[in-house]
Amino acid sequence: MTTEAAFDPGTAATRATDAILRDTLHGSARGVVVDSPPGAGKSTLVVRAALELAEAGRPLMVVAQTNAQVDDLVVRLAVKNPELPVGRLHSSDADPYDKVLDELPNVRKSAKAAELGGLPVVISTAAKWAHVKVDEPWRHAIVDEAYQMRSDGLLAVAGLFERALFVGDPGQLDPFSIVGGEQWAGLSYDPSASAVSTLLAHNPELPQHRLPVSWRLPASAAPLVSDAFYPYTPFRSGTGHGDRRLSFAVPADGSGTDRVIDEAAESGWGLLELPARHTPRTDPEAVRAVATVVRRLLDRGGAATSELSPDPTPLTADRVAVGTAHRDQAAAVRAALAELGVPDVTVDTANRLQGMEFDVTVILHPLSGRPDATAFHLETGRLCVLASRHRHACVVVCRAGVGDLLDAYPSTEPVQLGTLVKFPDGWEANHAVLAHLAEHRVAWRP
Amino acid sequence: MSLITTLARLEAVTTGRARPTATVRHRHLSERPLVFVPLTTAGEAGAPLGALVGTDRDAPRLLVVPQPRDRELRFAFLAELADVVLPYLDSYADVVEAAERSETDPETGRRVKVEVELCADAPQLIVPSRAGVDFVRLLGRSMRFRRTAEQDPETPYPAPPRVPLLGRWLTHYGERSRVPGSSLLAAMTELLGRHWATGQSSLEDQHLGAQLAWIAPPPGETGAEAALRAELARDAAGQLLCPPAGPATDPAFDNKLLAPAIERYDRARTALAAAEDGLQADDRLGALTAAEREIRELVRSRTLPTWDKVWEGLDLLRALPEGAHVEERWTRDRWSFTGHRDRVVAGEPPQPRRDDAVTAANKLAGREREQARLEAQEALDDPLVMAGRRLAGEAFAGEVVDVVMAYSESKRPSPRPLVTVRTDDRPHLGERAKVFRSLGGKPQAAEFVGRDGEEEDGLLVLRIVDKMGRGKEPEAGSVPEKGDRLCFTLFEHEQRGGAKLPDPEDTPWTHGGPPGEQVPEVPDSVTQEDVL
Repeated sequence: MTTEAAFDPGTAATRATDAILRDTLHGSARGVVVDSPPGAGKSTLVVRAALELAEAGRPLMVVAQTNAQVDDLVVRLAVKNPELPVGRLHSSDADPYDKVLDELPNVRKSAKAAELGGLPVVISTAAKWAHVKVDEPWRHAIVDEAYQMRSDGLLAVAGLFERALFVGDPGQLDPFSIVGGEQWAGLSYDPSASAVSTLLAHNPELPQHRLPVSWRLPASAAPLVSDAFYPYTPFRSGTGHGDRRLSFAVPADGSGTDRVIDEAAESGWGLLELPARHTPRTDPEAVRAVATVVRRLLDRGGAATSELSPDPTPLTADRVAVGTAHRDQAAAVRAALAELGVPDVTVDTANRLQGMEFDVTVILHPLSGRPDATAFHLETGRLCVLASRHRHACVVVCRAGVGDLLDAYPSTEPVQLGTLVKFPDGWEANHAVLAHLAEHRVAWRP
Repeated sequence: MSLITTLARLEAVTTGRARPTATVRHRHLSERPLVFVPLTTAGEAGAPLGALVGTDRDAPRLLVVPQPRDRELRFAFLAELADVVLPYLDSYADVVEAAERSETDPETGRRVKVEVELCADAPQLIVPSRAGVDFVRLLGRSMRFRRTAEQDPETPYPAPPRVPLLGRWLTHYGERSRVPGSSLLAAMTELLGRHWATGQSSLEDQHLGAQLAWIAPPPGETGAEAALRAELARDAAGQLLCPPAGPATDPAFDNKLLAPAIERYDRARTALAAAEDGLQADDRLGALTAAEREIRELVRSRTLPTWDKVWEGLDLLRALPEGAHVEERWTRDRWSFTGHRDRVVAGEPPQPRRDDAVTAANKLAGREREQARLEAQEALDDPLVMAGRRLAGEAFAGEVVDVVMAYSESKRPSPRPLVTVRTDDRPHLGERAKVFRSLGGKPQAAEFVGRDGEEEDGLLVLRIVDKMGRGKEPEAGSVPEKGDRLCFTLFEHEQRGGAKLPDPEDTPWTHGGPPGEQVPEVPDSVTQEDVL
């Protein structure tokens, strides 16, 4: 018990952050790698590192992967230090950036890197940076979501900076390619591998850090996500079991959807299990069940109590999200929600939900109703993203029989020589999550 | 598998016949392709057993290795193969047309147009199946680092002249076949699979006989029955009636026919070597020749049915009209062929064993671009493919029911007409999603403004944003009119070029730095298996 008592999440996180900033600002290595589990304050770290580098007078470029991530970082920087001039390098398409940036006086926006020269911080996407040519490289760079960046993406921008801080979540979805890249599998610079794996293969001596505390995941979720997806780099929740509560003004009506909502509110997890059946991807019953759960979540007047504020905050549509594996599933759920008259709920695929945070998530299990388990559906990162977006509770909607399906389809991907085998594999992680969900199961026949 | 392919496969099962998944041919077919039907030796990677090869359907050339483990015989086979393939390739190398290419001027660093040669047509290699493509690649890999006695008099096992060159060409063809939509080296099962959906799995489709049985079943038989027969039926001696398309052979053939024949050949050879006088040697040479002829007949009997099926497949494909963009993709294949021809002529060393970081990244980026281009072009060329995209919510077709003229709010207002389209499709349109239609072969972009009425009404309001000329009034014909039937896609029609990667000598520290001077690669070292 003494170790448990001695572990104060705040102190541990501060210690880790300090060590990272020390290596970044005063270290001699050309790169620093930071692994961050879901919701461990990655963005906070990036913003802090950016501000300290700017303060130290080192010109900094920041590389993020999507325009949404770039805009989010710009806003965060401006909130922390409204005086700091920030450059937002954007594409020449229509509406290249979030209009919110126009209200920030010290943010300069341009499609040309030359017009942003001399600014302490310039931020853009990897795709845009790849088109930039410079005579004098930046002294420092921060690469955000580095595990979601492809090795060839890093190759295109690495000439722009002298040294860099790489931050990312190794447990999320690996970058992918729409064509096969097997011929390069096993090469240290495999262009379809993640930027970090190439970087570390060529520079194994670089300091590597880890953020030890997830501030997003509740105490009910952190141990499961940590055990299932990060068995060798465990983390814990920043909050305790009593710190967060989800309650509903309207009592349950006895239906399966309400029972699963209560179960999730109570324990952090709920599994709404539909009868076993092989279905098309956009399984109408499962889609309808997802939409009904969302509708009831909002109708029942949910309120979330957390360490952030003393008063409960109402569970509104913008605090709820639905996650799916495929885009057509997301589209079907959106249509079903529109039919039930529920607007403003985020519905998206695991790919697009990466980095986002909600109070409650409802996910359609990637293997629900499938006759087979392909590598896509078994991918560890997909389930990890879906199961780690919530601050309070997560409801999983799934057809029965996924356990049998997993047993019928053990992982059979060919092992490529020279590649780092990822642990745990999707098969194992799926079983771990399923075993845990079984304790929070509500069977329901729509 | 897309929804429309699933439907086509289900229909194939119910009707007992493959269903077309294309109305035009999406791959280029040469007037005079070189068909190559190779067989390999079981358990000996890269040891060819024989092949049928040629451009004349009625006169294939049979090449056989009577003892596949004998290096000399293998080299003889490869030399013979080179004698067939290289003249075929050469016959295309000299017919050229003038073309322009932009290159970076080494002095000014600017992009300038240079006049270069482009081969007017390119040779095309057709193999029966995907595994055949891999085998071409493997053959190329096994040959291109070999040295001939002329290149290196010291080399212990010199390769016959032109064998290393054949290796380089086969490597180039194998590598090019990885580019989506390319046609220099094509597998018949893949070509047929692109144009027809059978009632069996795509794995089963790799059996050329079974696949053709679905596409063109014999009269009175369903595709399923014919395919099952093609896969499993055996004669009284236990041999498959329809041998697999190779290069792997059927184990029953290996064990019952081939192994005993090779053993007889080996015995005859040993006996010949032990002959004590000329008369005895003559006799035994006769026995050896007979043993060899027996193996040749065995190899012919296993490759000829596949040879015929490849040509049947070509007949089926030739009956389809060529898609509109096929020519453009074939031109890129011609560039690829010309480029390699120039590298060979310039005396460049064979392709390295492994790509360096920059080359690998460039190849991947190029293939991703080609994949996206191929998907867009196939949909634009073929209403049936477009139907699949529409069913997937990635495109929609409908009738223009209203056009309202509007202008942009800038100092110089440009036309931004609002077009209402009624569609029965259900596209996944997000807020302000961009859609494209083909206007005289060029994409015209529009923006999704919103729905008019309920979702069931299917009324989509779009704002056309480009290709209307520079003036205040749009150019004639550039704005859709009421009553027009249009098809809009959510995907782009043309691909943007990617960012330029650094030169290999500027490979950054994250990727291990510059690869260094390229050293000539040594041939694979000789192992025990090589000298059996």
